[in-house]
Amino acid sequence: MSKVIEGLYYSESHEFVRVDGGYGFVGITDYAQNALGNVVYVDMPEVDDEVTAGEEFGAVESVKAASDLISPVSGTVVEINEALEDQPELINQDAFENWIIKVELSNKSELDNLMDAKTYASFCEK
Amino acid sequence: MNSRLYGNLIFELSKEGRKGYSLPRNNFGDYEIPASMQRAEEAQLPECDELTVVRHYTNLSNNNFGVDTGFYPLGSCTMKYNPKINEEIAALPQFQNLHPLQPKSTVTGVRALMILLEKSLCALTGLAHFTFKPYAGAHGELTGLMTIDNYHRSRGDMQRKKVIVPDSAHGTNPASAAVCGLEIIEVKSDAHGLVDLVDLERLVELEGPSIAAMMMTNPNTLGLFETRIPEIAKLIHDCGGLMYYDGANLNPMLGASRPGDMGFDVMHINLHKTFSTPHGGGGPGSGPVGVREGLQEFFPTVSPYHGNFGVMMRAYAYILSLGCDQIKMVGPLATLNANYIKESLKDVYELPIDTMCCHEFVFDGLKDKSTGVTTMDVAKRLLDYGYHAPTIYFPLLFHESLMIEPTENESKETLDGFIAVMRQIAEEAKTDPDLVKSAPHTTPIGRVDDVLAAKHPVVTYRQLKNEIMK
Amino acid sequence: MNYKYFPQTEEDLKAMMAKAGVEKLDDLYAQIPESIRFKGNYELPMSMCEQEVRQLFEKLGKENRQLTCFAGMGVYDHYTPSVIPSLLQRSEFLTSYTPYQAEISQGTLHYIFEYQSMMAELTGMDISNASMYDGTTACAEAMMMAVAAGKKVNKVLVTGCMNPLTFEVLETYALHQGIELEVLPIRDGTTCLDDVKARLAEGGVAGVILQQPNIYGIVEDFTGFADACHEQKALLIIDSVASDLAVLKTPGEWGADIAVGDGQSLGIPMLFGGPYVGYMCCTEKLIRKMPGRIVGMTKDSRDQRAFVLTLQAREQHIRRQKATSNICSNQSLMALFVTIYLSLMGKQGLKEAAKLSYAGAHYLCDELLKTGRFHLAFDKPFFNEFYVKYDGDADTLYQRFIEEGILGGIRLEEGFLFAVTEKRTKEEIDNLVKIAAL
Repeated sequence: MSKVIEGLYYSESHEFVRVDGGYGFVGITDYAQNALGNVVYVDMPEVDDEVTAGEEFGAVESVKAASDLISPVSGTVVEINEALEDQPELINQDAFENWIIKVELSNKSELDNLMDAKTYASFCEK
Repeated sequence: MNSRLYGNLIFELSKEGRKGYSLPRNNFGDYEIPASMQRAEEAQLPECDELTVVRHYTNLSNNNFGVDTGFYPLGSCTMKYNPKINEEIAALPQFQNLHPLQPKSTVTGVRALMILLEKSLCALTGLAHFTFKPYAGAHGELTGLMTIDNYHRSRGDMQRKKVIVPDSAHGTNPASAAVCGLEIIEVKSDAHGLVDLVDLERLVELEGPSIAAMMMTNPNTLGLFETRIPEIAKLIHDCGGLMYYDGANLNPMLGASRPGDMGFDVMHINLHKTFSTPHGGGGPGSGPVGVREGLQEFFPTVSPYHGNFGVMMRAYAYILSLGCDQIKMVGPLATLNANYIKESLKDVYELPIDTMCCHEFVFDGLKDKSTGVTTMDVAKRLLDYGYHAPTIYFPLLFHESLMIEPTENESKETLDGFIAVMRQIAEEAKTDPDLVKSAPHTTPIGRVDDVLAAKHPVVTYRQLKNEIMK
Repeated sequence: MNYKYFPQTEEDLKAMMAKAGVEKLDDLYAQIPESIRFKGNYELPMSMCEQEVRQLFEKLGKENRQLTCFAGMGVYDHYTPSVIPSLLQRSEFLTSYTPYQAEISQGTLHYIFEYQSMMAELTGMDISNASMYDGTTACAEAMMMAVAAGKKVNKVLVTGCMNPLTFEVLETYALHQGIELEVLPIRDGTTCLDDVKARLAEGGVAGVILQQPNIYGIVEDFTGFADACHEQKALLIIDSVASDLAVLKTPGEWGADIAVGDGQSLGIPMLFGGPYVGYMCCTEKLIRKMPGRIVGMTKDSRDQRAFVLTLQAREQHIRRQKATSNICSNQSLMALFVTIYLSLMGKQGLKEAAKLSYAGAHYLCDELLKTGRFHLAFDKPFFNEFYVKYDGDADTLYQRFIEEGILGGIRLEEGFLFAVTEKRTKEEIDNLVKIAAL
């Protein structure tokens, strides 16, 4: 059973958003890190890059797979999690704690298109 | 085997002042290369005597496994015997020292050879023309797709940018399409492992005018013959698309059916699979592309000369050796060998689709999953018994795929030996699972840490030395 | 019925068919519709025994003429050490597959690691992959890499002094990828930095591709090109003749991001066009964007040093349509060829061969100029290949060379492109000059 945290927003491609004021912390879920296996590399955008909901903004690589990261929200990247450059395995240790990008949200209504914890949990079980 | 030398890199055997070559003396007079042209730092290449080099590579070869070493049932790779007469032919001096831009009149032997090979491939496939420019199967796929794209462009039909592939397709199919600027749409497989015609009809209905082609292999990656191929071809042709045949699985069709007759318009052949040219540890191969009449003008220029000519020579020697009387036995014998193994192991390994297969078939791991022994473990344990593992974790349709392709050259004794070992491993999975899970035990190295290799890539000797110094 | 490659006896067949559940071999194909079932014999001659195969090829071989080679243009007649063919024929190298099972492929994985190391050294770059098909497709892949690495840019500038055969391949890939190629003007047989800067300033450029030596054999001065590219966030790609890099300033020293080319000049026989081996090297930053296989170092479960295929997440079997390329089989055995060549020739031998080639070419050029009938098209430095114009009928002279058993260079535009390697003797050169002077 993968961990799912209350209060976060989830996408069907297994990304989460943790909202903090006008910002969103975006990462992949516990379900995703489990499916990938040992993460060996995270391909992140740069600060000031634009991200668009539904479009890819990077990738997470393991030995046996590579998954595109699809942004659940639109906005501007204000911070990237630099710790992941040297220690990508942090995502396996705690996927929710180790977010990938911090986005200044341009359109908070997009959050309505995402799932809540309960809905996501049942989605995963299918 | 000299175990003291095993595991070294040639750089570690190098010593300043040694040399392993001999060159003519310079009697042209005083021609110095200007300093401004020259590199500042010299290349840190090894300095070894000839014997050290010979020993080193001889020892490296002893840590490898080839078809000549033992049974190599890698599904979808067709690891058949590489006849030595082909090697002798490819080394004939009259074919070595020919510059590809020599005038045609000075290489009529080469040109005659290419025409003879082309005619042979046409006879075997039912297609009308071949280009030899592609250097490998994936390159052939790209060439075939480019041919199809060129054809549609020539008709002013610029919206045909989608290619249908079965969800069981090999990774090169979507990758080749992407390189060709085309988009892939997947058609589902039905419960029998074949293309789901209802789903295909739906896709054609939905996408019709944007379909460039359907790309598939037959038999498919599960080793099953697509019995409804005539209907599939008609569906695609009716909507204006072309049919592309991935020749990776051509082997069982020699003596059975021709892609041209099945309704395919374009195909590639892997000479290094079906036509016995050696795999060489990962190439060189050759991926000639064939077309039905009328499409040859759309061949793209994907290489400057005539492809891997040396490989083509070997393939033609093979075709000559077998001739029309023996080449039609390749398919039936490869198919018989595969079905024999399948029937002999399906009680201990999970056979998701229990039907007649062609040259290869797929198990979905052990029947008894309770031991936790995976396909990876089984593959590694096979190495201990002196076999090369089958293809693992492909196709993606099953979680624990184990794809076995014996080829036609293997004797019943070899197959029986393999079957016995596979049964043994299934037994070990129950009685001593840890032994299997920690295999291999008798190979030069144990399982490797590929997480470390990917996280922290060290890919040159220079990087390796820097690592040591850290 | 029996045949040397088919071990199945009548007895074997009976037992196996029984197990497989068929009465005759034909039943194995019962599911194939009648309409497409192939019956009878293919239109091929009957099987031939070994001596018949030998005879046929020998007959064809006689129709090929072995000429004393002064031709180049990307394919060179270099010396092949005797050690190489004998090692390459070792069946554990020849008949093995891609080293997916690392435990029984350390031989292959070691030599690929060595190959990567040597090509990185030769080109002065950080990283190399395990090989590409040839120099032209390696160049095309570099072009695609530059566009993929850029942000919504699809233009690539190409030197006007590129081998037209390479350019044709680039055009092919560019067409289907929607990449726009722009050819830079030829300024006195070379590429001009100002042209590059001007074009870069217009924007939209993902990469710039240069060739060294260029199509005229000229060794160009690429000072400032890398800076110009990087200022505009474009990648610099340099396509070089591998053997020349023993001595010439390297792509790494020029500041290139990607170095590509063909390794044929590292002792591989001309073989009428292949197999050769393409190389691709890049900066460390680009390692995850590079196509092709890569071998990396790691440890095994017994704490021994071991080598394994790594960064496979870039490749087609994992990434499928998002893969950096579709390449699987490359030219592994030819990479082994080159690795052994570089091990034997080593630091000193490669330089010595390059110096001999340089000297021979300059000697030939001087002697041709002395006849008064030839002049260098461009007054620019060259390495072992040069481009001259002739005051007579070039085609007639070329034919005369052929009749005398000489491949007198390549007929390029109105002149001759002559190449000389360490295999050409002073006698052979003097002989060519004698014929040319008539």
